[in-house]
Amino acid sequence: MADLLPANAPEAPRPPRPPRPGPRDGFLREVRRALRAYVLLAWTWCRAVAQYPMALSLLTFGVALSSLAEMGAVAVVFGHAGTLAGFSVYEGLLVYALAATAFGTADFLMGSVERLGEHIRSGSFDTMLVRPVPPLVQLATDQFSPRRLGKAVPALIVLVFVLVVCDVDWTAGRVLMLPVLVVSGVVICCSVWLLGGCLQFFVLDARQAANSLTYGGQALTEYPVAIYGRSLVRAVTFVVPLAFVSWQPALYLLDRPDPTGLPGVLRFLGPLVAVVLALAAALVWRLGLRHYRSTGS
Amino acid sequence: MRVHCAVYARGLRRYSTYRAAAVAGILTNSVFGVINAMVLLALFAARPEINGYDAADAVTQVYVAQALIAPLAIMGPALELSERIRTGAVGTDLLRPVSLLGWWLAQDLGRATFDLLFRSVPTFAVGALLFTLALPGDALRWALTLLSFALATVVGFALRYLYSVVGFWLMDTRGVWAVMGPVGPVAAGMLLPLTLFPAPAAEVLRLLPWASMVQIPAEVLLGKDTLPGGSVYGGLLLQAGWAAVLLALAARLTTLAMRRVVVQGG
Repeated sequence: MADLLPANAPEAPRPPRPPRPGPRDGFLREVRRALRAYVLLAWTWCRAVAQYPMALSLLTFGVALSSLAEMGAVAVVFGHAGTLAGFSVYEGLLVYALAATAFGTADFLMGSVERLGEHIRSGSFDTMLVRPVPPLVQLATDQFSPRRLGKAVPALIVLVFVLVVCDVDWTAGRVLMLPVLVVSGVVICCSVWLLGGCLQFFVLDARQAANSLTYGGQALTEYPVAIYGRSLVRAVTFVVPLAFVSWQPALYLLDRPDPTGLPGVLRFLGPLVAVVLALAAALVWRLGLRHYRSTGS
Repeated sequence: MRVHCAVYARGLRRYSTYRAAAVAGILTNSVFGVINAMVLLALFAARPEINGYDAADAVTQVYVAQALIAPLAIMGPALELSERIRTGAVGTDLLRPVSLLGWWLAQDLGRATFDLLFRSVPTFAVGALLFTLALPGDALRWALTLLSFALATVVGFALRYLYSVVGFWLMDTRGVWAVMGPVGPVAAGMLLPLTLFPAPAAEVLRLLPWASMVQIPAEVLLGKDTLPGGSVYGGLLLQAGWAAVLLALAARLTTLAMRRVVVQGG
């Protein structure tokens, strides 16, 4: 990153450099630096939008309203059907809540990457590349807004509610696995979001198409995926592993056999899938960065 | 009138330049259509008939909704007018020798025509290819459906114009959109057919202007007797009524705004 600093950066008196760290130490330090930059930039944007409290509360209310509508739709559909794929209303809402929590949190943390195309077109992505902060951090925190919590927070509340109402056999394993599964879901969704964003490195007008992956993925996982039929369940298990966001965790928590006949061990693979997908997303991001040629003249 | 025709033609031509975006939009609408349709198919597999709708009816409405997303712009984007009011560029619009409402109506109908031809038709065709839709057999009902879609577009424009014109009082209309954005698709029957809603809520929602954008056009296409007056013509009348009322309200608000607007500059 250092060689990307502008050549005419002001010469401030610097403390003497510490000895160059080893590779492993350096990686951890990079991560810590990136996280600190993320928090700092996100907080800056929060303070900026807080200058317009009325607009912020209206926007947050709007986001909450739309997630409430989605929840209502799930309730109406299950209310008419009684059970779908063997899931009752509350169990259906558990699937919804797992999906919405994961996607809502991912949207909160990484949602801004979908604007990559705009940054490329307007040239502001070039500015990001010359700043001494990882470009992904800048992209993810650009126009960061607490209004997006309007999606994750109601979903989390519903999740807690349905976990109390549903007949879950709370063994020690389930108690410990619950946060792991939720975090895996968030990581999977963040990766999907980043992959969708990276698509715009290669096809500039792909934002709409990427939406069918990100928002479409969310809409898909809000219902027990078994209702879509066997071939789609296999696709979202092995191709775009969205089944590990809500479907497999719900099967695990409710202790159900998989109605589509896939092996039961899959429900424990969420964390592994999350790590693999995150690595894939990171790889594609690097590939995209390398592929990127500025639009400027 | 000649000016309006010219503005309409320019609107149509302007949007016809964004072809890649149109293709991407068709893809997105089709994908969401497939997801929504499969959810409803699963529901109707459990219960073959709900309030007069069967599986084919519901899937048809899903694709009517997805096809109309672009011309109605029900989930945004806002009319460019919003931004022009905020920046003051609306001053230029007010200098023109045509009314503000007429100018924007002509331009937006140009855009909607392009979207109807190159977004709605392909999206609906994808739906017809993938699923069994309940399509009318006679030419008359197709013609009435087309009329219903046109009226839906006018209602959609009038609502968006109203959301924008309040900017003369509020300055920034993003808050209005933030709240109305999610309300629109629910009240229109886009998220789920209003038929599936609890009866009292559905009764009220059917009469509101949003229903004229998706629910009524879908029922006109399906030839349902749940339309007001029990026939397709009742539905069309309701749509035309809302279009007239909302446009009149828009014209009235524009006049009121003109009395208080101050355009700075020099």
